[in-house]
Amino acid sequence: MAQWAENFGNTFYKCFIKEDRYKLLLSGIGVTIKVSLLAVVIGIIIGMIIAICNLSKHKLLKIIGGIYTDVIRGTPSVTQLMIIYFVIFASVHLDKWIIAAIAFGINSGAYVSEIIRAGIMSIDKGQTEAGRSLGLNAYQTMSRIVIPQAIKNIFPALCNEFIVLIKETAIVGYVGLMDIQKAGDFIKSATFIAFMPLIGTAVIYYVLIKILTLILNRIEAVLRKADAR
Amino acid sequence: MIKVKNLHKTFENLEVLRGIDEHIEKGEVVVVIGPSGSGKSTFLRCLNLLEDVTAGEIYVDDEMINDPKVNVNRIRQKMGMVFQQFNLFPHLTIMENITLAPVLLKKMTKEDAIKRGRELLARVNLAEKENAYPAQLSGGQKQRVAIARALAMDPEIMLFDEPTSALDPEMVGEVLDVMKDLAKSGMTMVIVTHEMGFAREVATRVLFIDQGVVMESGTPEEVFGNPQNERTKNFLSKVL
Repeated sequence: MAQWAENFGNTFYKCFIKEDRYKLLLSGIGVTIKVSLLAVVIGIIIGMIIAICNLSKHKLLKIIGGIYTDVIRGTPSVTQLMIIYFVIFASVHLDKWIIAAIAFGINSGAYVSEIIRAGIMSIDKGQTEAGRSLGLNAYQTMSRIVIPQAIKNIFPALCNEFIVLIKETAIVGYVGLMDIQKAGDFIKSATFIAFMPLIGTAVIYYVLIKILTLILNRIEAVLRKADAR
Repeated sequence: MIKVKNLHKTFENLEVLRGIDEHIEKGEVVVVIGPSGSGKSTFLRCLNLLEDVTAGEIYVDDEMINDPKVNVNRIRQKMGMVFQQFNLFPHLTIMENITLAPVLLKKMTKEDAIKRGRELLARVNLAEKENAYPAQLSGGQKQRVAIARALAMDPEIMLFDEPTSALDPEMVGEVLDVMKDLAKSGMTMVIVTHEMGFAREVATRVLFIDQGVVMESGTPEEVFGNPQNERTKNFLSKVL
């Protein structure tokens, strides 16, 4: 037992303390959070736009929305990330992490748009009819009657999408960004130890997502409070 | 006030309305009866364009409202609609349900709308519920709020689509009382209902619709007391 503990201590030291390797992981956490946050914002904006396209009666908009969702869902996110980084933004001088966030935002937008669409469609048609029969136009009915009710319904699905998104960002190493995953991988190569850095990486992701889940649950409880009537 | 000429409505392959001609005068209380699937609800929904019209013309105050150039929202402000399923907005309080449209459409300031809302709630005997949410009300109360909400836009015409069909029997009376009161005040009303007693008491005219056409039209005494059409006789023998 003492032997094992000593071994563990040694490996831990080699992987995380020696040569300040923990700093790699810390800056990796920063990269993961930066990329995820910006990607969430971009994803929600794109998601709303695509959802409006998909729900509209306008043929061209419908086709655009359809193609967008279809292409994004039909290709791997690594491929999308690499195309956006090495092809589309090849000659644009933006910070790496911003380009990565744009790529993940474009990807997430397709899924968010489906969540929003489902949320809006879950509101009874009678609500729209009641709004329109009072003389509200389509936009007023959407913004004052349908969307406020839809937001509460889609919140859990959106939270789930954000969590998936954070984990998806673990592929940013492909375009040379040092996030949590890449930092763990780097330590593995430098120390020839696989167990400690990889388990460490997993623990960091787990804790990050646990914290986020707790925060989102709080927000949901506040949203639901108005229902306790 | 409302003129309907040769109104047709087709869903996919199903011809629901097959040429309706009607003339509804100001102050009339027209009760529309008929078997289920006869097209009476569709007729009512066409009047404020919740269904688009397949063919024919609808005039309100001599303006053809199913002309694509007409601003539907402006026309609908003249017509209040009450639904079978109430369709109150669950995320808003009773007062907010009532004031939303008048304030948003700039018919009234918020203060005036609240004042008017209180009057209307008093009129439907729900003065104490202004801060409640729809989920806290009974069916009958919800429907009375829905009537108040429609009245808040000061409509010239009120349309009722089976307003008591989703209610428990003991709540039907309170809603019908509000409607009777409204009829007495001179409001022009078109009501689709299965409440024959109410029709007999309140209607100035009864329309019997079946198979997408008006089979018979007349005063309640004429239609209920001495129906001319075989189908009307048949229908009334089942429901009376």
